[in-house]
Amino acid sequence: MLRIENLQAGIEEKQILKGINLDIKPGEVHAIMGPNGSGKSTLASVLAGRQDYEVTGGSVTFEGKDLLELSPEERAGEGVFLSFQYPVEIPGLSTTNFIKTAVNEVRKYRGQEQLDAVSFLKLMKEKMVLMEMDQAMLSRSLNEGFSGGEKKRNEIFQMAMLQPKLAILDETDSGLDIDAIRIVANGVNKLRNENNAVLVITHYQRLLDYLVPDFVHVLYKGRIVKSGTKELALELEKKGYDFIKNEIGVEEDV
Amino acid sequence: MSTVDYYIEQLNTIQAAKQDSPLAPVRKSALDTFTNMGFPTSRNEEWKYTRIGSIFKKEFRLQNEDITSFNQSSIDAVRLPGHENANELVFVNGRYSEEFSKIISEEIVVTSLEAAASGEYADIVNTHFNSSSKYLKDGINALNAAYAQGVFIYVPKAKAVANPVYIYNIVDAVADAVCALPRCLVYVSEAAEVSFVETYATLGASESITNQVTEIVVAENANVSYCKIQNDNSNASQVSTTHIHQVGKSYAETVTISLDGGIVRNNLNIVMGAAHSEAHMYGLYFQNGESHIDNHTIVDNVMPHCQSNELYKGILNDRSTGVFNGRIYVRQDAQKTNAFQSNKNILLGENATVNTQPQLEIFADDVKCSHGCTVGSLDEEGIFYLQSRGIPKEVAMSLLLQGFALDILEKIKIEHIRTYVQELIAARLTTQI
Repeated sequence: MLRIENLQAGIEEKQILKGINLDIKPGEVHAIMGPNGSGKSTLASVLAGRQDYEVTGGSVTFEGKDLLELSPEERAGEGVFLSFQYPVEIPGLSTTNFIKTAVNEVRKYRGQEQLDAVSFLKLMKEKMVLMEMDQAMLSRSLNEGFSGGEKKRNEIFQMAMLQPKLAILDETDSGLDIDAIRIVANGVNKLRNENNAVLVITHYQRLLDYLVPDFVHVLYKGRIVKSGTKELALELEKKGYDFIKNEIGVEEDV
Repeated sequence: MSTVDYYIEQLNTIQAAKQDSPLAPVRKSALDTFTNMGFPTSRNEEWKYTRIGSIFKKEFRLQNEDITSFNQSSIDAVRLPGHENANELVFVNGRYSEEFSKIISEEIVVTSLEAAASGEYADIVNTHFNSSSKYLKDGINALNAAYAQGVFIYVPKAKAVANPVYIYNIVDAVADAVCALPRCLVYVSEAAEVSFVETYATLGASESITNQVTEIVVAENANVSYCKIQNDNSNASQVSTTHIHQVGKSYAETVTISLDGGIVRNNLNIVMGAAHSEAHMYGLYFQNGESHIDNHTIVDNVMPHCQSNELYKGILNDRSTGVFNGRIYVRQDAQKTNAFQSNKNILLGENATVNTQPQLEIFADDVKCSHGCTVGSLDEEGIFYLQSRGIPKEVAMSLLLQGFALDILEKIKIEHIRTYVQELIAARLTTQI
């Protein structure tokens, strides 16, 4: 589904990703872990098409298409979804209006008919239950004044509405208490099936208790330095990131 | 002959025909002021960024006769939605046209200023006519007063006027360039309630300048709402002055929407002359091309315990320019004043500019005043967020801008008008961004 080969990218001359290789197949959950500054969020941003980052080498193929050639909205249309680490507050734009526009734009891209008001409301009601959202939240301006937990639930709610093939969850657990993490993880789990995939980016292991990965990759200084199964996450949690540094003997940059 | 002399000559002719009018002394004195001051230059601090003198380099015709040969269909074309249930006052080239106007609310009185000044409303006219000149001491305000052919609108005590009053300022610039000088004095009596919607339209391709003064007096427990929609063509410039004087504890609310036009200058004054009065001033300007919008506002807190709230938002595209100048006076007696002011701007065009300046002059010691202004571009992160959900960039920008404008548009109380303005803005967002 997603194939990343030797991906190199940076921001303002600063090289952050130094050759990432990753292969994600339908039905899989991959976790990318790593210390602060290792390039986790950069990877998420590059995949979603954030303009600030410049790709300097390598390739990303999504279902046979060159993902890097597509605009952010085209990527969404193809089925890539990024759950933001810091969802943006948009004053004056109601969450409902936003999601309706998004759903219909994505449908347009996929050559599907626009959802009429009734079908849209039905779909929305269904997904609201899934994410334990209430109507009041959806009438408010998008993310404005939302708590950290509400924002992240809203992200997964959007994911539920857009039904992506690949969901990238960028530090979705950051700033959340354990109850909020459970709601968010349960939401993602309910959306999983054999045709879609999830890429979880996280600093801590705790989200992975609820959202169990098939593969865990450790990102360090812009490279995936170790890959394994879910046990690797537990080991990292126990030993800290230092063990990786020692084990692989990565040279410290000055 | 400079154009100042040209206008003096025209005004002399106009005034000569009305020597016996009770308004003659005010007109004469205004003409003296205009003769002394001429048009403001950029050396005048209040006109620094709005070069109105450059407009008046041209000799515009002042309308000296009543309009007779005017086409009803021209008026129908500029009518605002909801007009079926509105009172409609039509000014053509600055002169009130009784023929084309329509008063459906029996409780309100609309008469010429001339008649009002000599009849039962003489005291009101004598007390309040031209009070804006105390705040606007320049040749522009004087030019209007020297002409002053307008109407007097009276809302009697305890009458809540259910039907809004729509005012159309039409300039017929088909044959030649015209300077229109419309004038209104409005008296909203005790416990009365009324709302106004005003708009402007220039017909024909010649240049026009509308230099308008509307003075509104608001008595005890009265409630007045005033909405101005400026969406004229790029040859049509204007100076539009709205002077609201709260003489009793009352409520006033204004919404100023400025879309198209040439050089547009708004003066909005609110004199809070009675304790416990409340005033809200909202503005939205969305400019394109090379248009210029200048909003000068004054809130004068004369008496204590008044509350004012001002929010102006601007979107400036292309090479358009914006000016916001918000002055708040808090006089010595105006203790416990609550005055807020905010001006927020989004520059869309790389060559668009805005000058924003709050000016607070506070002479009382127990007051709450705040002001703030922002100038920025559209939030890139917000655009990316929406794009990442499949929304194309142009649509994302449009949604963000609509959201930005929303809290001003929501203040337009008359639903027909609110929808109308929302549609104007939505259309602009889809075609011109």
